[in-house]
Amino acid sequence: MSGRTRIAGWGGVGTVGEQRLSEDLLHATEGVPLSRGLGRSYGDSAVPPLSDPVVVGTTLADRILSFDAESGALRAESGLSLYELNRIFLPRRFFVPVTPGTQFVTLGGMVASDVHGKNHHVEGCFGEHVLALRMRVGDGRVVDCSPTVHSDLFFATLGGMGLTGHILEVTFLMKKIPSSWIYQETERVADLDALLDALGEAARQFPMTVAWIDCLNEGRGMGRGILYRGRWATEAEAPKQAPKPKLRLRVPFQLPSWAMSTESVRLFNSALYHQHIPRVRRGIVSPEEFFYPLDSIRDWNRIYGKQGFTQHQAVLPASKGRGAVRRFLELLTSQGGASFLCVLKDCGKEGRGMLSFPMPGTSIALDLALRDRTQEHIDRLNELVIREGGRIYLTKDALTRPEHFAQMEPRLAAWQKVRDKWDPDHHLRSAQSVRLLGDKP
Amino acid sequence: MNVVILGATKGMGRALARLCAERGDRLFLLGRDAEDLARSVADLGVRAGPGPQVGFAQCDLEKTETFETALTAAKQQLGHIDAVVVTAGLFGTQEQLEADPELTERVLRVNFVSTVLFCEAARKLLLTQGGGTLCVFSSVAGDRARKPVVLYGASKAGLSAYLNGLDHKYYSSGLRVICVRPGFVKTGMTAGLRPPPFAGEPEQVAREVRAALLCPRPVVYTPIVWELVMTAISMLPRAVMRRINF
Repeated sequence: MSGRTRIAGWGGVGTVGEQRLSEDLLHATEGVPLSRGLGRSYGDSAVPPLSDPVVVGTTLADRILSFDAESGALRAESGLSLYELNRIFLPRRFFVPVTPGTQFVTLGGMVASDVHGKNHHVEGCFGEHVLALRMRVGDGRVVDCSPTVHSDLFFATLGGMGLTGHILEVTFLMKKIPSSWIYQETERVADLDALLDALGEAARQFPMTVAWIDCLNEGRGMGRGILYRGRWATEAEAPKQAPKPKLRLRVPFQLPSWAMSTESVRLFNSALYHQHIPRVRRGIVSPEEFFYPLDSIRDWNRIYGKQGFTQHQAVLPASKGRGAVRRFLELLTSQGGASFLCVLKDCGKEGRGMLSFPMPGTSIALDLALRDRTQEHIDRLNELVIREGGRIYLTKDALTRPEHFAQMEPRLAAWQKVRDKWDPDHHLRSAQSVRLLGDKP
Repeated sequence: MNVVILGATKGMGRALARLCAERGDRLFLLGRDAEDLARSVADLGVRAGPGPQVGFAQCDLEKTETFETALTAAKQQLGHIDAVVVTAGLFGTQEQLEADPELTERVLRVNFVSTVLFCEAARKLLLTQGGGTLCVFSSVAGDRARKPVVLYGASKAGLSAYLNGLDHKYYSSGLRVICVRPGFVKTGMTAGLRPPPFAGEPEQVAREVRAALLCPRPVVYTPIVWELVMTAISMLPRAVMRRINF
């Protein structure tokens, strides 16, 4: 059953179309251009093309098909959410090898985005831990692929934004963890150089690191922020009970656009920085608090009002040194872009996915409210990313121009070749692939 | 609790089976598609953790001859059956049904005739072991025929009436009949329909129905707020019912 509804990314960019929710992906995906999970991609990657505005909603296809407690291998239908996985497996002391910053994502989405997290410098992307996929490819066939069988399709699908086929089932390795709690240290750091030093130092000692920075602060204190580092708590450190799911507040309606003005964000950032006393804090926290701080507020995207927002996440290569990060932040502050959330992470090695986002270097993620000049700001940031030899994360993107994307993705041609082989007519497509790859609108 | 569920592979039945599995109940699934059943059995097995495997047998509401064999298989595996739950059923919007007499006949037949016949088989089985619970998903649509659910509601009204009578007749013999009347619940069945106010989630239905299995009541509105909604609707004068589209 189906009906017309608004289908939008988390930032609010979208279209009116039909979402076909079904427990039976095998049949529902026939002839449909795109699958969509929980819709947490910020941009237009889970939004269907205008000429065929239909998506299959996968969230009802959420059965676990097998789990081997010895190896940790788990096979499940692609609509299974990370929230549900955590609910079931945290008390049993298993966790996904890689988690993004929200647990309201599906397995299929985690593969299509080849998500990364706080442990990227150790574990790489989620795709490193995927053993096999079952897919419905563009010509209608159902194909099983893995690093050894139809490996081209497999590697093109990791980070392939759902454009190589509908992901029906995912097999991957869960990790055994010593307890279901996290040992966390947070540290207030006064400027960018010190922060990058601290981030590098933490990466050598901790399997999970990330930094939040106040990107409105200019001059000497530019890049001041808070460093988060952590590891799974040992059995001795952790409370006996598994953590209970937290109560979630909800943003009840869309806030007016002035709520996220430069001034209010400046105040918020400053408060967040200064309230961090003493300089270093240590403690045991729940994985929910550590990995998913924003999940505690449902519908938090409403704070950006009706106009919505976009994210810009870029990785700048390590070879360009920290100068690149400085130049990026200088450009950002000179544009006066108020970002409520600005997150820095040092990435490890490039993933197996042909279009996976991370590369060795520094990733910078920021929120930008959609205003008249946002397109222009994104263009300037992308031009800098191209000059520095970096690239952007498609999962966050709604505004990048196709010529910019082509310049930052030398890997695109090889990926297109695999896509052409499995879907010569480019039947599988999204609003994003129409915009960036010139697919049929 | 030992529970047999017809319809556990989808929607509210799936949510109920998961909750039962996680709470340590022993389950036996009935359904028409063996492969689909096997996938749900695997899912419930992982969620339940170590313990006896969930069993299953094919049972198709449109094939009355499958009822007895399926129920016997369940009885054999579980030994004693505490509850038989029926969540299976067909749905069509009023527009779909009005446009398609064949579909209308199927919906009426499956939701009323076939379900009643299955319940008769389940009743006999439960009574031979001295009693037990028969929990059947009807609908609030069976309470009062509203414009969007004239035909579907009629099939459920018949079912509710039957379950009511069953309770009167066999209560003293140890049969506990539960007529579950879900309001609008967001499942694959209702996907694409605009959710009204008070629309519920299958997980909430699962919690309320499992509580009812432990402590049976003849009628269970779920999510619970629909008891109030339906009380209000049942008091509306005909002139109003002719006008509103709810």
